[in-house]
Amino acid sequence: MKHKNVGLIKIVFLKTLPVMAGYLVLGMGFGILLEDKGYGALWAFAMSVTMYAGSMQYVAVDLLASGASLISAAIMTVMVNARHLFYGISMIDRYKGAGRKKPYLMFALTDETYSLICSEKVPEGVNPHLFYFLISLFDQCYWITGATLGAVAGSLIQFSTAGVDFAMTALFVSIFTEQWLTSRQHTPALIGVLATLGCLLLFGADRFLIPAMLVILTALCTLRPKIERNAAKLAEEDAHAKEAGYE
Amino acid sequence: MNETLHAILLIAVMAVVTALLRCLPFFIFGGKRSTSPFITYLGAYLPYAMMGMLLVYCYKNVSLTSAPFGAPELIAGLVVVGLHVWKRNSLLSIGLGTLCYMLLVQLVF
Repeated sequence: MKHKNVGLIKIVFLKTLPVMAGYLVLGMGFGILLEDKGYGALWAFAMSVTMYAGSMQYVAVDLLASGASLISAAIMTVMVNARHLFYGISMIDRYKGAGRKKPYLMFALTDETYSLICSEKVPEGVNPHLFYFLISLFDQCYWITGATLGAVAGSLIQFSTAGVDFAMTALFVSIFTEQWLTSRQHTPALIGVLATLGCLLLFGADRFLIPAMLVILTALCTLRPKIERNAAKLAEEDAHAKEAGYE
Repeated sequence: MNETLHAILLIAVMAVVTALLRCLPFFIFGGKRSTSPFITYLGAYLPYAMMGMLLVYCYKNVSLTSAPFGAPELIAGLVVVGLHVWKRNSLLSIGLGTLCYMLLVQLVF
């Protein structure tokens, strides 16, 4: 039993390595900025434990420094983090029956954790909820460590780490590529890219996310008959291919 | 109002709103024993669309109108895609892609 757990932890560690690289660097960047505004390591730690939202914590640095009102902070949080609504919707079936682990799984659903959980197959013989829980927990530990380190020792780094944060982009690019190669149904991926690209050009980099989400949802609803027909057709082809293979 | 107290309240508000956004779908759709077919449909296909969205999101601040015209981001991104199609190993494609990007921004552009 013990041996099996060590194996699982090793698997989770390897799967989360790219997130570790990204979170340590982005977390440190946040810690450095926050410390610069007069809020030290304890604040960076507390924010990363309670808020745990990368881009929002960067925005929060400015809100704290300017003494923003509580209402404007709430509105800003909705604007920046609304995409998490869709992450939850995609996880309802997957997180069903997670029991005592469920509240934390729901709380810790960041972009990166969502991506990993969507894309990683649960190793054989492992409880899926335990696997998801460990991925979520590891990721948050990386983030807390990065943020706190950044606030304590950010100014001590000597070598240039410029560009390490590309690890996050690279993670999304590789998952997108993997999904593209694995799935023969490309309409949903194309909807995501084109809708977001269109809204980015139309609304600008600061306010394209919510319109993009609405377009994606509308497109997925409108094209549902087509996508489901296509899925049924592909499944039928697979069944035929399997049958042919047995003969 | 005391400045520290206001900061604590600000963080609390942002934490609560973030947690609500993450948990709301579960409260609304998660209670029933069997999920509605529409939610199951979204659960199956939304992840693909969201990865497409995150992909564009990562590139949102790349400027195509001023030097270096997004070249390091594009080149490193293509390296990740190429390596991934070739080897199907995410650690390898992410690791080398990131290294490639660091070399590009530090030494080339």
